[in-house]
Amino acid sequence: MSNYYQKEIETASREEMLALQNERLVKQVQHVWDNVSYYRKKMEEKGLTPADIQGLEDLHKLPFLSKDDLREAYPYGLLGAPLKDCVRIHSTSGTTGKRVVAFYTQHDVDLWEECCARAIVAAGGTDEDVCQIAYGYGLFTGGSGMHGGSHKVGCLTLPMSSGNTDRQLQFMTDLGATILCCTPSYALYLAESIHERGLRDQITLKAGIFGAEAWSEEMRHEIEKQLGIKAYDIYGLTETSGPGVAFECSEQTGMHINEDHFIPEIIDPETGEVLPEGSKGELVFTSITKEGFPLLRYRTKDICILTREKCSCGRTLVKMSKPMGRSDDMLIVKGVNVFPSQIEAVLLEQGYPANYQIIVDRVKHSDTLEVQVEMTPENFSDSLAKINEMEKSLIDALKTMLGIYAKVKLVAPKSIARSEGKAVRIIDKRKI
Amino acid sequence: MSVHQISVFLENRAGQLAEITKDVADAGIDLRAISIAETADYGVLRMIVDDAEKATSILLSHGYILSMTPVVVVAVPDAPGGLAPVLGILAEGDIDIEYMYSLFTHKEGKAYMVFRVADEEKFISLLAQHGMSPAEKAELDLK
Repeated sequence: MSNYYQKEIETASREEMLALQNERLVKQVQHVWDNVSYYRKKMEEKGLTPADIQGLEDLHKLPFLSKDDLREAYPYGLLGAPLKDCVRIHSTSGTTGKRVVAFYTQHDVDLWEECCARAIVAAGGTDEDVCQIAYGYGLFTGGSGMHGGSHKVGCLTLPMSSGNTDRQLQFMTDLGATILCCTPSYALYLAESIHERGLRDQITLKAGIFGAEAWSEEMRHEIEKQLGIKAYDIYGLTETSGPGVAFECSEQTGMHINEDHFIPEIIDPETGEVLPEGSKGELVFTSITKEGFPLLRYRTKDICILTREKCSCGRTLVKMSKPMGRSDDMLIVKGVNVFPSQIEAVLLEQGYPANYQIIVDRVKHSDTLEVQVEMTPENFSDSLAKINEMEKSLIDALKTMLGIYAKVKLVAPKSIARSEGKAVRIIDKRKI
Repeated sequence: MSVHQISVFLENRAGQLAEITKDVADAGIDLRAISIAETADYGVLRMIVDDAEKATSILLSHGYILSMTPVVVVAVPDAPGGLAPVLGILAEGDIDIEYMYSLFTHKEGKAYMVFRVADEEKFISLLAQHGMSPAEKAELDLK
């Protein structure tokens, strides 16, 4: 049985979708040319004008955008609409601590929320449902995106935000939540708390929509078993909108990309060359409907595969696999983007050597981040209180930079291996 | 000459202390006092040795991180209540003790305590008012 939020689009024939994409792409390139001088310059450098982009077959000619561009253009360089037409920003951390800010017009918010609504309906959501949003609200897109989607579907929306497990469970049981939206690790944490408190028979959940961090099939089974629900994956990034760029259907074999808004490409991360369908490579998105922050050929750095095999749910939207890794060294810890270069910048600023190691683990379904750094003669003192103080100020500086807590472990000098060539900076112990 | 303590950064792992004491012993250096302050992840080894200069250069050559800190060593009667008057002086002067520990050395019915206090000058002048003075290197056979 299949439910659609926007059946015509979600089950459109390939020809219909191509026609729509062609039309929107051409229009969007003109819009960007007219409004975003940063990108216009990039096009001019390649000798391109909007006339060179007649449709999808010309997409590969356009220059890429990367997170570096977003940082360079911060805050307004990639703005695509007059500020008076923008109604919202969301933000994510970027390299070296400079944040990425994305702008939304009301039109952008509406379309984004529709994308999220498609995900909720695909997970079985209707206006009879009680949808508990336990993603963080605020600059993070997770909370408000799913919140808006839930409204569009007509669910009774519980805007819980993340954390405060006691309150989450109280509302979940008292108000009979049927759909849970949060990170998969928080879902497992909630499941455990439910078992600990013996609340299992008071839980009325039927589905969960979980994203913002990588999770395995094993984790899906664990969540499904513990909560007695079907667990759906959802994909998105602030740069294109937020959650709802792609979503899972009942088949659970990949996420349907809302390609009427986002044209996906898979490229070779080294050469930038577009790879044939079915190849594994870096996912690139072109936003063809966004006004406020219209990114063309944005490199996500996520490695995945696209497939157009017929889906039993009836949707014709292309499917992407779960991201299989990254083409850069970005880590996603507790749903937050962490770059080793950010940590390095803080260490140097605080007088520590740039020889460090980052250890990421998942303890009790929650990500942990540890930064091991070598003690130096300058930072050493006979007084434990003084060392503690230094350590604390490093923890604070890391928190300011990353937005999350990182444990600091001071180790003896020369104890972090200096490898020949590429240093092993990251040890990710999470089994994903 | 006032006494100097050597403080060494210790990573919290088995065998670390054995390595340091062996390096010191191999150089023929005698440990006169040792104390460790620790957190879950690391510690600070504090020690008084007979030849601080030599010990420092040995430890530095082995790559340890260390610092030299002047400390106040006070002789107290090696008898019940011997320490109390000194602590009384510190309390009276409202001087914070950062840490203290004892030397292995005993001499003529005296024990020796190592003090690291917030205001060393004030401590020494208060000791003098009570007819005491910090032990010098010579009294402790330190180079």
